[in-house]
Amino acid sequence: MSAPADRQDHDALIQQLTGDLAPVKRLAPPFWRALMWFAVVTAIAFVAALATDRHAIAHRLMAEPDMWLAVVGSTLTAMLAAYSAFQLCLPDRSSYWALLPFPPALLWIAASGAGCLRVLRIAGTRPPTAGDERDCLIIIIALSIPLSLLLFVMLRKGHTLLPGLTTLTAGLAAAAASATLLMFFHPFDATASDLIAHGVAVVIVVACVRYFGGRILPPKNNSARA
Amino acid sequence: MTYVSTFCQGGPATLNYGLIGGCIGAPDGSTAVWPERRVADDSSDARLSALMASAQAGDRAAYAALLRECVPVIRRVAMRRAPADRIDDVVQDVLLTLHNARHTYDPSRSFRAWLSVISDRRAIDLMRRVVRDHSREIHAPLHYEQHPDLDADPAAPQERTETAKQVRQAVETLPQRQREAVQHVVLSERSLKETSAITGQSEGSIKVSLHRALRALRLKIEREPQ
Repeated sequence: MSAPADRQDHDALIQQLTGDLAPVKRLAPPFWRALMWFAVVTAIAFVAALATDRHAIAHRLMAEPDMWLAVVGSTLTAMLAAYSAFQLCLPDRSSYWALLPFPPALLWIAASGAGCLRVLRIAGTRPPTAGDERDCLIIIIALSIPLSLLLFVMLRKGHTLLPGLTTLTAGLAAAAASATLLMFFHPFDATASDLIAHGVAVVIVVACVRYFGGRILPPKNNSARA
Repeated sequence: MTYVSTFCQGGPATLNYGLIGGCIGAPDGSTAVWPERRVADDSSDARLSALMASAQAGDRAAYAALLRECVPVIRRVAMRRAPADRIDDVVQDVLLTLHNARHTYDPSRSFRAWLSVISDRRAIDLMRRVVRDHSREIHAPLHYEQHPDLDADPAAPQERTETAKQVRQAVETLPQRQREAVQHVVLSERSLKETSAITGQSEGSIKVSLHRALRALRLKIEREPQ
């Protein structure tokens, strides 16, 4: 195509886009959007706290540092992964945002792993049975579904050019938030098999969100939207 | 001024003008930015940012002016990533992306940085698509020419034309009610109800006329073989 013909093509496209122009509502900053999502997680945690024995939970968490460190790690992972997902759903943000949840995720994994190595049992807890571990898996996955859906409804308002990283961090945020909420329904001490069950649940959630999220987020191939 | 440092990576003897920013390669490989050009860049960026803010509010004139100013910037970014024959594809793709992502732009940030990152990512995406398509498709025009379709009948289009002419002539010889039934129901694919409204005949009468017309046409065409 010759240069003048190309210019005509661009002019025709500009005319079409200008003709389609409608006022748009500017997207809220990623921090506020992440905060809104986390407020929903907090509300669920509040309802769960009302329905469970808070003293037993406090006793269990305070008995050993690794117990509360794991919860702090998963909570921070959920917050920072959600924040990085909202950053990555903007078309101009650096892919390095995906690294943000890694430090708390390491803390979460390390503290959970340390719990498995601990020989002493915490008073009032018992080792998990196979049924408990299956329940953990189901709870994490079941909680992740509404949290992921909410996250994707919010992420769809952006326009990501890095859908892979966006869905990956969104999946991590949902899985970490579910793992945090799990502590309300987790009346037993951590073991290696329990950690594996949690790990499998998180991997399933992240993989599902990564797979289905690519279909939910706006396509990378363009078509004009008014 | 992060965008200036981003674009001043061209190495020695690199000189960029206009929207890209003013920087010149020093003999030792370092780059320097002319102060007066930096001021001009800042005001130009602020102007583009203001145009985009107006476009977000639905100002078509501002939007058209903005997109026209974006074209040379996109071209310059695309030239680093794509071959010459693909640059205009990148430009069109980026213009569509800007349109679809315009609500994600925050006027407190640099417009040129926003545009440059989007242009760069879209150019990379396009080139990945091109490479993927090339790996799946075979371009062999001679091979295609040397393998004709053995089932193809060169006389078929001519025969179809003659048959259509014969049918048209046969329809013209039908009585008026039958002719109307064929024209509306068969040739124009109208419903019996619509045909009834147009011709004033009852639906039952149209059915009878159509049945008689088709029988008459069949006999007429069988009697006059091609």
